[in-house]
Amino acid sequence: MIYVDNAATTKVSGAAMDAMQRCMEKNWGNPSSLYGLGQRAAEAVEDARERIARCIGASAREIIFTSGGSEADNQAIRSAAMLGAGKRKKHIISTAFEHHAVLHTLKRLEDEGFEVELLPVGALGTVSAQQVAEAIREDTALVTVMYANNEIGSVLPVSEIGAVCRERKVVFHTDAVQATGHIPIDVQAQNIDMLSLSAHKFHGPKGIGALYVRQGIPLTSLIEGGAQERGRRAGTENVPAIVGMAAALEEACAHMEENAVKVSALRDRLTEGLSRIPHAALNGDPVNRLPGNVSFCFEGIEGESLLLLLDDRGICASSGSACTSGSLDPSHVLLAVGRPHEVAHGSLRLSLCEENTASDVDAILKAVPEIVDYLRNMSPLWKDKVCGKKKFVL
Amino acid sequence: MALYSEKVMDHFRNPRNVGVIEDADGVGEVGNAVCGDIMKIYLKIENNTVSDVKFETFGCGSAIASSSMATELIKGKPLEQALQLTNRAVTEALDGLPAHKLHCSVLAQEAIRAAVKDYYDKCGIRYDPKDFADCDSHEGCHGE
Repeated sequence: MIYVDNAATTKVSGAAMDAMQRCMEKNWGNPSSLYGLGQRAAEAVEDARERIARCIGASAREIIFTSGGSEADNQAIRSAAMLGAGKRKKHIISTAFEHHAVLHTLKRLEDEGFEVELLPVGALGTVSAQQVAEAIREDTALVTVMYANNEIGSVLPVSEIGAVCRERKVVFHTDAVQATGHIPIDVQAQNIDMLSLSAHKFHGPKGIGALYVRQGIPLTSLIEGGAQERGRRAGTENVPAIVGMAAALEEACAHMEENAVKVSALRDRLTEGLSRIPHAALNGDPVNRLPGNVSFCFEGIEGESLLLLLDDRGICASSGSACTSGSLDPSHVLLAVGRPHEVAHGSLRLSLCEENTASDVDAILKAVPEIVDYLRNMSPLWKDKVCGKKKFVL
Repeated sequence: MALYSEKVMDHFRNPRNVGVIEDADGVGEVGNAVCGDIMKIYLKIENNTVSDVKFETFGCGSAIASSSMATELIKGKPLEQALQLTNRAVTEALDGLPAHKLHCSVLAQEAIRAAVKDYYDKCGIRYDPKDFADCDSHEGCHGE
């Protein structure tokens, strides 16, 4: 099997699995309990918090554990909105190609009377700090801009945006789910006020994530109950997952540079090879890009068919077509970068990790052109373009 | 459970009757690129019977499988019977489709009806246009 869907999820690393198993065997107590068994679990949670904080340049007090990236996004945005509303600030700036955890939360806030401004992301899929600076108003409560895009891999100028927000005294949140563990993050140096991360995107377990929130910014609870996470997130801590997340992140950060060099070399070979397919185009920023992301649109075919045929050859990938998004429209990300519907339906995302090899790349570069060709040969849309009845878009 | 039945995957992996009939007696094309699925059916009619049928499809796995199955169901059948092919018959022959993919079988039914209509038009056979209203109704994408 060739697994190239690491932006969807990753395999749990050996280090994370070992840490989790040891935790379940030895530290299975409730961290809120007074006796030794419980206190050891509490210590394991605090130790993990400390280590995770260190990986992103935060202090332990600034980390709260959540069920994943979506919850972290929800809580960050809602908290900043509530904080702003208290000061009569109800304007929120974001981008058109955020994750749905962000966009749907913003939609809900809009229904509640907030004004949401989604910045256009242009053909490369990015926003500039200047765009953000120009959008900030007296009543701006929050800027939330993703660190890196999950579908097309663009890495955004977060440091520059952070500097603008700090200067204008606006809270800045970034959804760093795709970036954490893969590219350097320093919340202090980058002036990030809130940051969401998710363990299963860096070889940790699913169902656990964290929200970094700068000291002094109050959080609104989404889940009411006990006093866990200093009253900001109720519910007994998922101790083994928290411990596994810390082990995975430490490992990812320790090898970040070498992994990025290796993975981006594979990425560049894939990009180069797939670019040879006629009427195909790379999506996203070709320069400021996640090390493992390859995203293409192929004209005249539909993405789900491509994925099923890749699966038959043991290649696990994903697409932004309507048929794979579970809705009638193709990916909002591809539409946001200006891909027309018909082309967005023919998208393919390959997301690599350090376990992928040169022979994986060879196999993909053999399979994809063959399958694209096969599907184009049975596509009336493709034929209409070839014979000139319809125009090529790419 | 897998997204698709074995039957769907079989017809997707080994689609029957893919291709073009250069001297087709009737050609029908439905769907549009914006929605992500287009089906084109070519019919050869002899003695009021579908003597040959081919298809071309731009679409997802179930669109290709639905086209393949639909062509199998009408091949060699009297024209009347081809006209009465329902999306339900296509779906059942495929051992079912996921709810959000049912429109693929509707598209197959409509593509065949559009091809028959084209045959009627070419031969000057009279029919009630109301019976074929469904073949030109592709303004927007299919609902769920």
